[in-house]
Amino acid sequence: MAEMTLIQAITQAMDEELARDKRVFITGEDVGPRGGVFRATMGLFDKYGADRIVDSPLAELSIVAIGIGAAVAGLRPICEIQFADFIHPAFNQIVSEASKMYYRSNGQWNVPMVIRAPYGGGISGGLYHSQSVEAFFTHLPGLKVVIPSTPHDAKGLLKSAVRDPNPVMFFEPKKGYRAIKGDVPEGDYTVPIGPARIARVGTDVSVYAYGMMAHYATIAAEMVAQSDGIAAEVVDLRTLLPVDKEAILNSFKKTGKALIVYEDNLTMGYGAEVAAILANEGFEYMDAPVRRLAGPDVPGVPFSHDMQEFFMVNPHKIADAIRDLAAY
Amino acid sequence: MAVKTQKAQQAPPVSPELQREMYWYMLLSRRLDERTWMLHRQGKIAFHISAIGHEAAQVGAAFAFNRGVDYAYPYYRDLAMCLVIGMTPLDFMLGVYGKEGEPSSGARQMPSHWSNKKLNIVSQSASVATQVPHAAGSAFAIKYRQKVGLQDPNDPTQPRLAIVCLGEGSTSQGEWHEGMNWAGVHQLPFICIVQNNHYAISVPFDQQSAVPNVADRAAAYGVKGVVVDGNDVLAMYHVTREAVERAYNGEGPTLIEAKTYRPVPHSSDDDDRSYRSREEVEEWKRKDPILRFQKVLTEAGLLTQADIDEMEARAKRIVDEAQKRAEETPYPPGHAALGDVYAPLES
Repeated sequence: MAEMTLIQAITQAMDEELARDKRVFITGEDVGPRGGVFRATMGLFDKYGADRIVDSPLAELSIVAIGIGAAVAGLRPICEIQFADFIHPAFNQIVSEASKMYYRSNGQWNVPMVIRAPYGGGISGGLYHSQSVEAFFTHLPGLKVVIPSTPHDAKGLLKSAVRDPNPVMFFEPKKGYRAIKGDVPEGDYTVPIGPARIARVGTDVSVYAYGMMAHYATIAAEMVAQSDGIAAEVVDLRTLLPVDKEAILNSFKKTGKALIVYEDNLTMGYGAEVAAILANEGFEYMDAPVRRLAGPDVPGVPFSHDMQEFFMVNPHKIADAIRDLAAY
Repeated sequence: MAVKTQKAQQAPPVSPELQREMYWYMLLSRRLDERTWMLHRQGKIAFHISAIGHEAAQVGAAFAFNRGVDYAYPYYRDLAMCLVIGMTPLDFMLGVYGKEGEPSSGARQMPSHWSNKKLNIVSQSASVATQVPHAAGSAFAIKYRQKVGLQDPNDPTQPRLAIVCLGEGSTSQGEWHEGMNWAGVHQLPFICIVQNNHYAISVPFDQQSAVPNVADRAAAYGVKGVVVDGNDVLAMYHVTREAVERAYNGEGPTLIEAKTYRPVPHSSDDDDRSYRSREEVEEWKRKDPILRFQKVLTEAGLLTQADIDEMEARAKRIVDEAQKRAEETPYPPGHAALGDVYAPLES
């Protein structure tokens, strides 16, 4: 067991999968000798060579589309989109092609590929290096959508994603790449795609979150425990599609109060689905309005410091929302 | 890398048997296609998109590669090509009627959206040109497998190239550009066949392209570009054969532009009288690829009137039978809509 950062765990997962299976290759912008702009593929070019760590042309559509064609032909591509903000040129390929290939071919052709993309704000990235795009993709049956919040889960989930016979969107909270540290087991293990994780046990309020917000929610839960004696339970969703309804409802049965936290814009964000699940299947346990804490409905995360901080959800804002809900 | 216009007579001879087989598939495709138009006009089916006029381009190309083994990415107009690769008239008719057991998609997709894993025909969507970078990806996978030792480059039981078809209108899409670019950068075993019928539904080619040939653009990608008479099945066969040899020998990708014409509307929902003259259509009907090949074969003594009569009778029997069996087959149950969302995890 070694302590490492989130991004080190991601690199290690790819390293081990490349070593385990020759069908695995990586493509994306600057993934080769540069090791990726965030250094996620650092060292892999030297170890596995230009045949398997393939610098792509600067064109996201074909990073994904080449991956689809290679996956169909039996390889296991890991496609890196440099920032989730730049995934939109590939949207048609993900919506019309990757997510529908298995269904539209009557189960003949599957697309075992991973699309990795760093997402999220708070890094002075402005409108085009801060986006949270997950909700677009959780609307697509046929895809799996995974967002880890700990190094342990990042490694185990990424390995599961590489081995999954379906296309997996693997969104990485880039603000946590080096800020989030944790113990990671040596060697091979997987974390299954699907189940949520109870990051902190509590009885007063359920906090549902993923990625950076799951990390922050855990910090906020400790804050309110110490300041107000509130026992908040944090449910780290980990897999957004397919969603773990059972874990969502089991926590709600205990607390009757739900706070859903995400850093995307509020309206039609992923939290809307969690709220709908609770409204429909958790109504009998409900003790308070289902609350969502998210970014404001503006077109992007602004660059300048105070505007960025105004936009971003942080542990203090989460703690306030927990207190508010606990007092209801 | 200048664009060359290939002439069939420069190429080695094609056996009489193969020529007759080519003629047979062109004829079968045409009769099946004509029947489907009729079924639509009778109100029996919802939709048809036709291969009429494109048979020479498709049949000539399809006989040139290792069909059923090499990856094929056809487009919605490729009835004749898919018949040569191994899909059956019944397969097609089940799709037209949306019936149970339809092999491409389980009748989830509209007709003529081909897929057959046993034949390495990869599924395509209705969003045009999306399949081009997929074909480049499969060609990349072939080269990758050979380089990392997962596949013997000379093993003919393994796919050794990917071939993709599309219309000239679809080459305006960014997908086409990005697929061609990958094929060029990595010099992939990749063949792109553009069936240029001069119209993107109603928009003529000169409003889609500032250069007269799609193949003129090939050089910009480091891809060999060839223009061929797409109504000449033997010319089509020869240029594709040459491209196949280049791909198998690691000499890189080829773009083949087959100039042809669609003498029928774009689909059963189109009315082509609004965008082109009847005179133009009649002129192209006189250049019909089947009549033209029939004349070549007859004059060469490779086809008699008795042969033609026999083939016509056989095609009618096959088409009748396919239609009858498709009509007798039930629809898939409504709950089949819920299947095949996710592939199961491998244990």
